[in-house]
Amino acid sequence: MATPCVSCGAAAFYRLFLGGRVSLTRRQGVWKAGAVELQTGTGFQILRLRHTTGVTTKKNVAALRRETYTVDFIKKQIEEFNIGKRHLANMMGEDPETFTQEDIDRAIAYLFPSGLFEKQARPVMKHPEQIFPKQRAIQWGEDGRPFHFLFYTGKQSYYSLMHEAYGKLLEAEKRQNQLQAKGLFSEKTETKDLIGSRWLIKEELEEMLVEKLSDQDYAQFIRLLERLLTLHCGAEEEFVQRFRKSVTIQSKKHLIEPVQYDEQGMAFSTSEGKRKSAKAEAVVYEHGSGRIKVNGIDYLLYFPVTQDREQLMFPFHFLDRLGKHDTTCTVSGGGRSSQAGAIRLAVARALCSFVTEEEVEWMRQAGLLTADPRVRERKKPGQEGARRKFTWKKR
Amino acid sequence: MLKRVTRLVPRACQLDPGHFLHGGPQAPQSLAARLDDQVPDENPRAGSHPSEDDPVRTFNEACLMVRRPALELLRHLDDTNFAHPAVRYVLYGEKGTGKTLSLCHVVHFCAKRDWLIVHVPDAHLWVKSSRGLLRSAYSRRRFDQPVEAANWLKSFKTANERFLSQIKIQETYMWNKRESTEKGRPLGEVVEQGLTRVKNATDAVGIVLKELKSQSCSGAFRLLVAVDGVNALWGRTTLKREDKSLMAPEELALVHSLRKMVRNDWHGGAVVLALSQTGSLFTPRMACLPQELLGKEGFDALDPFVPILVSNYSPEEFESCIQYYLENSWLQHEKAHTEEGKKELLFLSDANPGQLERLCAYL
Repeated sequence: MATPCVSCGAAAFYRLFLGGRVSLTRRQGVWKAGAVELQTGTGFQILRLRHTTGVTTKKNVAALRRETYTVDFIKKQIEEFNIGKRHLANMMGEDPETFTQEDIDRAIAYLFPSGLFEKQARPVMKHPEQIFPKQRAIQWGEDGRPFHFLFYTGKQSYYSLMHEAYGKLLEAEKRQNQLQAKGLFSEKTETKDLIGSRWLIKEELEEMLVEKLSDQDYAQFIRLLERLLTLHCGAEEEFVQRFRKSVTIQSKKHLIEPVQYDEQGMAFSTSEGKRKSAKAEAVVYEHGSGRIKVNGIDYLLYFPVTQDREQLMFPFHFLDRLGKHDTTCTVSGGGRSSQAGAIRLAVARALCSFVTEEEVEWMRQAGLLTADPRVRERKKPGQEGARRKFTWKKR
Repeated sequence: MLKRVTRLVPRACQLDPGHFLHGGPQAPQSLAARLDDQVPDENPRAGSHPSEDDPVRTFNEACLMVRRPALELLRHLDDTNFAHPAVRYVLYGEKGTGKTLSLCHVVHFCAKRDWLIVHVPDAHLWVKSSRGLLRSAYSRRRFDQPVEAANWLKSFKTANERFLSQIKIQETYMWNKRESTEKGRPLGEVVEQGLTRVKNATDAVGIVLKELKSQSCSGAFRLLVAVDGVNALWGRTTLKREDKSLMAPEELALVHSLRKMVRNDWHGGAVVLALSQTGSLFTPRMACLPQELLGKEGFDALDPFVPILVSNYSPEEFESCIQYYLENSWLQHEKAHTEEGKKELLFLSDANPGQLERLCAYL
């Protein structure tokens, strides 16, 4: 807008900004929205700034940096946590001395029930070390001299770790050479713990060292550790184990339903299944001729669509037991496809009790024993459906 | 499934149980080109529409499976005492189990034995949408359906050519001021009249049925009345009068005459009926029992009858059906020959003939 020259320096400052920034950019800079009133005075004009909406979006430079917690702050948090733990134990009526973290979790879940799906968004009370990220203390002393000898490499913990590992490797090689020279070298067996464990991933290693790593650094480190492992020395095992994490085997978590026996001595097994909003309960008899009854109706009449019957067929066909079991199921809720899926899951789970462990593992890998987690996605405001946006009009 | 069953041209075969009588696994809309000299009256229908999925043309023959319900019926028919009033047999069962084809089997059997056949392929067609509805000349209250009546007369004519010249009518019928059929003329003339003057077709049908009923008691011939979808006669219609109000089935002349036919106040023949939920109006999908499908009125009208349940395939029947498909190279899937393939088909179709046929259609 055409602004006449005003003597006031401050006003000039405002004018600059008003003239320059018209578009709303949140990127940089400060702009003050204001309606400027031009008042024609007697001879000269005064710009009077009037704030209508005082929106100040200043880029908070400090907030973008990682929050630094001082050591005192962390100590205070730990004290508060301990006191809070004792209070909580008193509230729950338990002994404050033997109040473990699981008890705390249970108490918090009881006192603050949350319906949020995201588990990490629920209220949590943990030791401050698990909540506040690990931070590095000041690396240099009062005279400005750094403590660590590798400080000027930039990644002191990483390089010191590599140095240590390489040192151990050299020692192990030296020992092996000595043994070989003496002739006492014996072939050791493979370490068994490689199977149930895995190397730490890069993020976990970064967290451990409190330092950023690059992919090549990480790869180099893992290669060094593997080379160390090939030398089979007992002393280094613990060192290497620090960097391995155990992996739980999935299938062990399955409970296999016990086989029950009814009045005639016929063996059967019951289990439940769910899909979307359909719940099903299936009773599979061990000996039969392949008849299936759903809610008292023959499955051909209950599921006139071939696709649903194929879903029912899947567990039996997979285990090659098509005409061998009789089944009775009850199902409610959902639509025809989700009822079929629910029955399929229930039948697969029930069949687990008649079948060997290996076949249970095959079924798990085929996806027969996993409940389908897909549910209907919520419709969002501003969109027509869950994903579909309104028709975009150029003008 | 079966839309319009007309006639089956049989190959000469014995009727042993389990034997594959060459009829048709699906409704033959047109007949095979092979004519049997034992059954000269069954000729290919000129007026029917052969569809491209017609297995009669695909397999070049019309085959039926001989099954227990049909055999039971045939045994009963063999033992009928023609002095007694006509016994009514009702074939009922789940959808797709083979009621209509059992009916066809019976019709074919009786045709071979030289009975006179009154066969209504699907009574549902008469109560559903028909374009030409006229006020009946004979009775003020009722409505004629010229198109359906003409079609039926055509099929009747081709089926029973021999009898048309033999049977003489016993009354004079006046069609209009100029035309009439005298007493003593052969029945064929009435049929011709109905075919040429389509407006009088419904009345012609009524006359034919009346004559046949009265004359079957005389013993000159045996009469078989075979109606498929008989629950249409006592159900509801979707036809509307001129003032857009729904019609009841009684107001249709064809339905009226057929109902009279199905009553058991005559002797010298038998009545075989098949229920059908597939084409019926306003009945729930799960209904398959006579009580549910016929309604109270129909049940009372048909009572007493001999119910015959038609169920899914037994294991042997299933096996023979699969063998038939394999022999005719209908199943092209490589797994269809194997045991597992057969088990899969058995499970998926639950030994239901209709379902099995639909599944094998794209294998």
